[in-house]
Amino acid sequence: HLQFELLKVNTLNRETMQELSQRMQELKNDDSVKSVVLMSGKPKCFIAGADIKMLAQCKTAEEAAKISSDGQVQLQQIEDSSKPVIAAIFGSCLGGGLEVALACKYRIGMKDPSTTIGLPEVMLGLLPGGGGTQRLPKLVPLPKALDMVLTGRSLKADQAKKLGVLDAVVDPLGPGLKPQELRNMEYLEEVAVKTAAAIANGSIKVDRTKKPLLAKATDYIMNIGFVRDKIFEKAKGQVMKQTNGLYPAPLRILEAVKTGLEKGSKAGYKAECQGFGDLAATNEAKGLMSLFHGQTECKKNPYGEPKRPAKTLAVLGAGLMGAGICQVSLNKGYTVLMKDVNYKGLARGQSQISKGFGAAVKRKRISRMDKERYESNLIPSLDYSKFGGVDMVIEAVFEDLSLKHKVIKEVEPHLPEHAIFATNTSALPIAKVGAVTTRPDRFIGMHYFSPVDKMQLLEIIATEKTSKDTIASAVKVGLKQGKVVIVVGDGPGFYTTRILGATMTEVIRVFQEGEDPEKIDRLSKQFGWPVGAATLADEVGVDVAYHVGNDLSEAFGDRFAAGNVNVLKDMVDAGFLGRKSGKGCFIYDGKKTSGSRPMNNEALEIIKRYRLEPKGMNSDSDLQLRLAGRFINEAIMCLEEGILRSPLEGDIGAVFGLGFPPFTGGPFHFVDSFGAEKLVNKMREYESVYGKPFTPCQMLLDHAKTGKKFFPDS
Amino acid sequence: MVPVTRFLTHSGIWKLGGTAFTGARGLQTSAVNRKVKGDGSDIVLIDGVRTPFLLAGTDYASLMPHDLAREALLGLVARTGIEKSIVDYISFGTVIQEVKTSNIAREAALGAGFSDRTPAHTVTMACISSNQAITTCMGYIRDGVYDVCVAGGVEFMSDVPIRLSRKLRAMLLKMNKMKTVQQKLSLLSTFRPGFLAPELPAISEFSSQETMGHSADRLAAAFEVSRQEQDEFAMRSHKAADDAQSKGYLSDLVPVKIPGKDIYATRDNGVRISTKEQMAKLKPAFVKPFGTITAANASFLTDGASACLITSEKTAKKLGLKPKAYLTEFVYVSQDPVDQLLLGPAYAVPNVLKRAGLKFSDIDVWEIHEAFA
Repeated sequence: HLQFELLKVNTLNRETMQELSQRMQELKNDDSVKSVVLMSGKPKCFIAGADIKMLAQCKTAEEAAKISSDGQVQLQQIEDSSKPVIAAIFGSCLGGGLEVALACKYRIGMKDPSTTIGLPEVMLGLLPGGGGTQRLPKLVPLPKALDMVLTGRSLKADQAKKLGVLDAVVDPLGPGLKPQELRNMEYLEEVAVKTAAAIANGSIKVDRTKKPLLAKATDYIMNIGFVRDKIFEKAKGQVMKQTNGLYPAPLRILEAVKTGLEKGSKAGYKAECQGFGDLAATNEAKGLMSLFHGQTECKKNPYGEPKRPAKTLAVLGAGLMGAGICQVSLNKGYTVLMKDVNYKGLARGQSQISKGFGAAVKRKRISRMDKERYESNLIPSLDYSKFGGVDMVIEAVFEDLSLKHKVIKEVEPHLPEHAIFATNTSALPIAKVGAVTTRPDRFIGMHYFSPVDKMQLLEIIATEKTSKDTIASAVKVGLKQGKVVIVVGDGPGFYTTRILGATMTEVIRVFQEGEDPEKIDRLSKQFGWPVGAATLADEVGVDVAYHVGNDLSEAFGDRFAAGNVNVLKDMVDAGFLGRKSGKGCFIYDGKKTSGSRPMNNEALEIIKRYRLEPKGMNSDSDLQLRLAGRFINEAIMCLEEGILRSPLEGDIGAVFGLGFPPFTGGPFHFVDSFGAEKLVNKMREYESVYGKPFTPCQMLLDHAKTGKKFFPDS
Repeated sequence: MVPVTRFLTHSGIWKLGGTAFTGARGLQTSAVNRKVKGDGSDIVLIDGVRTPFLLAGTDYASLMPHDLAREALLGLVARTGIEKSIVDYISFGTVIQEVKTSNIAREAALGAGFSDRTPAHTVTMACISSNQAITTCMGYIRDGVYDVCVAGGVEFMSDVPIRLSRKLRAMLLKMNKMKTVQQKLSLLSTFRPGFLAPELPAISEFSSQETMGHSADRLAAAFEVSRQEQDEFAMRSHKAADDAQSKGYLSDLVPVKIPGKDIYATRDNGVRISTKEQMAKLKPAFVKPFGTITAANASFLTDGASACLITSEKTAKKLGLKPKAYLTEFVYVSQDPVDQLLLGPAYAVPNVLKRAGLKFSDIDVWEIHEAFA
């Protein structure tokens, strides 16, 4: 008769770790216990990682390093246990959760969509401080381990099984005698207990030296010093390329892994806990943790449940944006009418949607049947005959006020009374678009970012007349579509487009001062923008930038008068619309160049015509700060004016929508760590030369004066 | 849960897969037969026969599937003594289709000497295909299109169609259109050895990509049916089948002369009495290593065919045929193909009882067709 002991845990903090350690000690001394099963007490969550609050509260690197080294000792106790410990995983098994599992002798995972396995610490600017950098490379081939730990990518159960992170998977059960989740927990427990017994009595043998020939060969090669060095070198090269060396975490991760492999476990664990401590104290980690917190907040609906949640959506326009909006809605249970003017337009949109889901099938994220079912929720339409059953219209036609007015007048008579009309625009003020609506309280702006299926942000714009219930409904749709949602007030360019617009006028000015696009791209990337500022203009479209720039300078006057908008106008006239026309600041000839693209000399000629004399503010760091300063000042002004509700939403919008350097935590977080006073001083310097565009806004001045912070707690 | 076959309902008159039938036995219009109108329009089952059910790859192995269906038809004619010409329509159910005989009902009917003026069609609905054949015929009779119908089913696991790969098929189809030798050669040059990989018929469901056995094992776990309970039920089924065989209860069985061999198949060859210990020794077949379905508590892959004669009561009287039962109600259900693939009977039974105005206790004998104990 075999005995086992079941331990149930699901959060990781000092107390639970202590408790786990104590129980392990007791079990060690209990002769009646032959093996141990470790599982969570609740379904869909094994252990979702260490308590982030606990980490954020660490004041010093030493304090954080202590958490790591304590954890290492406690997990070592599990690994060293003479009685086999089996991890039974159903749900998130992330970060510290996976590290606990890795310390066990055997891992069983429930093949449920909720089961995710990974080490996402790098995304928080940290490293896995509980032995993750040491145990994972021993379990899976080094390149795979590095990929997991450097990207933070998480695996589904079957992928983890294939890779060797899991030893066995259990297929979940359907409905039966008991509530499904409960029964699945029991079932996993039954399997885990049988496995534990079988391992204890030797009928299941865990022999990790027994591997297929290919894996053995790989292992052998990996152990050759110079091959391993090459791999690390390559990984480091990739990290440097992707991060410009701005993120310390991946480098420390590499160091910890390398130390463990070269100098043995003891040195490896030491490098790991030191790295963890040092990283936890960095501004980068604080910024990224704040973003993580913000992202979680922006996945909630502060407006509550709408009275009548939308079930059927209609998307007007089957272009890139329209079809993208359809795609992210179809797999969330919405019935979606996609309206376009002709079959050609519809077919293009449908192909885009099908291709999008097809890619998910290929990556095994959904099944072929899922794809077919999602696509069956789409109703392609050439007319408005079915619009009587629509709860929300999302209009995604070309950015032209008169066209949008025409469409609103055309559609509204076909809609039921309760239906909401949402307009998708990046810059047109919603009140202006809605001037012709018959339902001002049910009229709202939903600003999606392209490509919709990849970009996480949705900026919802409420006018003064938009009702709370309409906002609640729009936020609900956005959240269901999987978006991170911010709600902002109406105005020219709302929040994101406005702050980007301010930056773009400065980009034109530095061009005029003789700085070329290549240099500006390089400098902005060095600052941490994922896409260079000049390339961004090409991606957005020079014509769009021109229109938006024009509108914004009309609205904001001198403050937006930096570069000459005519530079853009001449580029548009010459057909240099950016990537879509093949030429913009750069040349896009379809050839994939690994390095930078060639600059468009004809565009440089145009810029030369508008040449300005530099005014001594053109050092690399000045150029970077001129762009970022305009961005940040405008963001704070949005908060001051009430366009933004909170600095947190401001950070989320800037990072997820525009790519403001994520490690800073966003523009507001940046001000806190950079120092408001220091920023004001720089702005004043620029102001003395360039005038109004750099005048610090009142709120920034207040912060500089009083030392007040946007995030006093962090 | 009689381990008959994994895939089919051959002699499916009373069998329940995802279908449920109710019928009143012995033509007594008692209180429970509320659905019988008694005006002659009620549909009756005259008789039904089946071939012996043999393990795939045994004595039937060299036949074609329609050969078995033909045997069932001939057996039915012999059993009922009817003239073949009185049959207005024939329908057969089958699951894995033999490509050469896509309308297997028609090929079997011609081969069995039915009139070439008797139309026939083939239906498919997984394990309940032959039930579908019966109810399709019931609909024709009720609508007054036909009076006398033969319905049946056939499955032949000894030979299943294995296809050339799609790439090779595409190439061969293109080849037909090539006119010159040069064109043909240039097409041939696109051939790759990988094209030779054959396509086996899927044993997993197309929609869920899961095999039936795997799904059944999960279902058993969801309802907490233990390995022991399944083994015991399987033993009971084999025992009951063996009893029925030895006591001669299987009167629906018609012996089949094996073509090309001087032997008759006279009895089902898959019934096997084994001990608890023998059954307990087997390893799980689908969910490893702790699943509960084994080769012993699941049914074997089978070859076999069945056929039955149905008509209206008044036509039966006119022809002097004595029915065995009324066919009064049926219902088909379907549910989630992933988690409830094999839960059809649980939904169908209450449904059909309600339609028939009967209670569970009104039914004397249930036969539920299921491949797994």
